[in-house]
Amino acid sequence: MARRSRTPGRAAPYWLVLPAGLWLAAFFLVPLASMASLSLQSGDLVDGFEQTFRWQNYRDGLDVYGPVLGRSLGYGLAATLLCALLAYPAAYWIAFHGGRRRQWYLFLIVSPYFVSFVLRTIAWRQLLTDEGPLLGPLKDAGLLDAGFRVLDTSGAVIAGLAYNFLPFMVLPVYVALARVGRELPEAARDLYASRTQAFLRVVLPLSAPGVFAGVVLTFVPMSADYVNAEVLGGPGDTMIGSVVRAEYFDNSAYPAASALSFTLMAVLLLAVLGYARAFGARRVLGEP
Amino acid sequence: MAAGAGLLAGACGIEGRGTPDDARYWEGKRRNGRLSWANWPGYMQEDRATLKAFEQDTGIRVEYKEVIEENGPWFGRIQAPLAAGQPIGFDLMVMTNGVHLEKARRLGYLAPLDHGRLPNFAANSGLKNPTYDPGNKYTVPFVSGITGIAYNKRHVKGPVTSIEQLFDPRYKGRVGMMADPQELGNLGLLALGVDPEKSTPDDWRRAAARLRAQRDGGIVRKYYTQDYIDAVSKGEVWLTMAWSGDAFTMAGPDVAFVVPEEGGTLWTDNLCIPRTARNPVDALALMDWLYEPRNNALLTEYINYISPVPATKALVAADAAGAAGRERKDLQRLARSPLVFPEPHELERLSYFRRLDQDEEPVFQRTFEPIARGA
Repeated sequence: MARRSRTPGRAAPYWLVLPAGLWLAAFFLVPLASMASLSLQSGDLVDGFEQTFRWQNYRDGLDVYGPVLGRSLGYGLAATLLCALLAYPAAYWIAFHGGRRRQWYLFLIVSPYFVSFVLRTIAWRQLLTDEGPLLGPLKDAGLLDAGFRVLDTSGAVIAGLAYNFLPFMVLPVYVALARVGRELPEAARDLYASRTQAFLRVVLPLSAPGVFAGVVLTFVPMSADYVNAEVLGGPGDTMIGSVVRAEYFDNSAYPAASALSFTLMAVLLLAVLGYARAFGARRVLGEP
Repeated sequence: MAAGAGLLAGACGIEGRGTPDDARYWEGKRRNGRLSWANWPGYMQEDRATLKAFEQDTGIRVEYKEVIEENGPWFGRIQAPLAAGQPIGFDLMVMTNGVHLEKARRLGYLAPLDHGRLPNFAANSGLKNPTYDPGNKYTVPFVSGITGIAYNKRHVKGPVTSIEQLFDPRYKGRVGMMADPQELGNLGLLALGVDPEKSTPDDWRRAAARLRAQRDGGIVRKYYTQDYIDAVSKGEVWLTMAWSGDAFTMAGPDVAFVVPEEGGTLWTDNLCIPRTARNPVDALALMDWLYEPRNNALLTEYINYISPVPATKALVAADAAGAAGRERKDLQRLARSPLVFPEPHELERLSYFRRLDQDEEPVFQRTFEPIARGA
């Protein structure tokens, strides 16, 4: 009797992790391995590709597109900062002053995202066009220079990124702040902390896990995004995702595309690891 | 000679991959009464009048989709299923002469055309046996067009006559260029006074340097795929590289189109049948039907590109004589337009894309591609 009940109990964790494990193996590890192999091949679509362990593929990619990679990380970083600056106060207000309508405010933040990502970005093109509904009246009133424009600039790309990924910052920060609760800052005030001190020494550190999660959730996909750069950007704003897409789909240059993808992946991984180290992932994740 | 070598290489490739023999492709293929057609925007009347006429004449139902924006992404989309021998969901598609059509041909992705079933093409085509597809083995032209310059007359004072104006710092941030490496490269070559068809890799590098300087000088606002026509109509860009027909069919009233004095590029969009098509006989029927001058004139009157059927000119002129008011003026303009019915001496100012062999193609692409990608 006892033996029977213990065996499934011990195996249970493995059974629980099995579906996710199989899923990852089939749709992440296998493609990753085949991409790794592809990134070292040479040849072309017509004659076929063969494995030659051509590490030069990585060098070639960096030689030509190194600056584009750097730009992608820079834009990703700038947009992450912008996201954090916009999201933190909003999440703070909802968590501490949202009252009974908190869920409703959160829904408001997420609601634009029921419309497709690409459609929303294209809609910005219509709104922000040089003589459009937004800039046109301002120019007519003499508030803006006639040559002023938003579209096809790096500012538009960074703002577009921050806009499109905002909920991924708001939600984790909100969850962390909601867990802090009102009592702890109140206790700090009771112990003669000023408002600022209570925020800086109690609320902010306790919300760090949310900010950490938000930064990772936004920085990684934003650096790899290409839709914003293609729709809102100008000739000097191309991001590395565009190059990978074009190498793969337009040129059928699979080894070059794979090598670039791996480079991007490695750089992002290093950036996130470095960030976690600097930030103290253990502390953030609540481990001892 | 080069074309022959290309074909031979293509044939070897096909045998090596074990795809069915060209000669036996049509065996057992039957008409199914339907087909689906993948095309570019602006190539069919809004009310689909041409398709309705075709359905009425032949009883073949056409599902028509404007799904092609650029040759590269289109090729990327169809490559995997075609390589696996699977249908792509379309029986007829339109591809420009250039690197991707060449790849599709060499890889054996296209059905060999049965010219026995294309009598109208044989009788009425003014554009046969092109260098990019000797003997029209896999393609027949749908329309041809010219890449030149479109400009917005509200912003650009005085006529645009030269490619140099696309490089003029006066128009800083107001110039649109095309993202497609062949289009961009050819314009750079023409700006240097080099005939793209006779250009060398050394010319390519010089042209790329010129285009890069234009970009880094802040003159280019954006590298466009299809959306340039909207941008120039709104005045976001004042001058832009453009395709001849778009400037008439889709642009606003302030937009004018010119072929610069240095010359323009002539290209042909071709009808072809993916080898894995489910309804290839129906697709062939549509190809041939479009080569009947009356049918072709109907379409030409809307799309404003160069028809491969010379007899349409007289029909458009006759339609103009029979029409009244605004329609009459439009048709008269069309029948006289050198961009739709160019005279031989006008065609001489135009050059085709250079046909690149398998070794040259990656060099050309690597030379021009990074420019539009900001690298």
